[in-house]
Amino acid sequence: MSDKKHKSIISPLKAARGMGADKSGFHHWWMQRVTAIALIPLTIWFMFCAVGAIANASYDRALEWLSSPLHAVLMILYVIATLYHAALGLKVVIEDYVHKESLKIASIFFVNFACFAGAVASIYAVLLVSLKG
Amino acid sequence: MEKKERPLSPHLGIYKPQLTSVTSILHRITGVGLAFGTGIFIWFLIALGWSENCFDCFHYFITSFAGRLVIFFWMLGMAYHLVNGIRHLIWDMGYGFKIEDANKSAIVVFIISIIVAVSSVCVAY
Repeated sequence: MSDKKHKSIISPLKAARGMGADKSGFHHWWMQRVTAIALIPLTIWFMFCAVGAIANASYDRALEWLSSPLHAVLMILYVIATLYHAALGLKVVIEDYVHKESLKIASIFFVNFACFAGAVASIYAVLLVSLKG
Repeated sequence: MEKKERPLSPHLGIYKPQLTSVTSILHRITGVGLAFGTGIFIWFLIALGWSENCFDCFHYFITSFAGRLVIFFWMLGMAYHLVNGIRHLIWDMGYGFKIEDANKSAIVVFIISIIVAVSSVCVAY
């Protein structure tokens, strides 16, 4: 860049960094796919194994089911993958439909906070059940 | 900044619904629905970890008619988002972009997701 237009000491790359597409878009896109792939087997487990315990089991049967180390670990993995995937997906939906900047940022903040809190509470609950059993 | 009256491109509403656009918006609707659905298993887990009384309250709701309806539509949405999500991942790998292929895979998604949802509800009860 020896032409006259480029007078600044800052290189064109440095000037472009942080502008436009050079943000966290790729990481968002990639993590949505990573969690989606993890959720294929986990959702099949959830639909054919966990929902029976959720929809129909008595207290004792549900406790017994979730005290199994296999189901406890799968439940924790399912909770993390689902809520991470949900936070990523809801962010895109909010960005598409909420145009007021302050409301958009507040909504995304709320979604991330709710998903994180939901995940922590769920994992703590699974551990409580494991300790009871 | 001054807001200028510029011409807008036509809004989505004027287009005739197509299989591709319907499956796309359904993916988004079921996704948002499932995000709210996480409240059910979070409630289940917390109630189970907390106390028997707390769980009885959850159990009373989920075994009621409304609760069973919730479970059915939850599973329908989950099955659809799962199967159509796999369709999206196949697109991400670069396959199935021809319009006739996308229309065919849309039908396949509808059929498989109904089968998956109904069988999961049957297994649960």
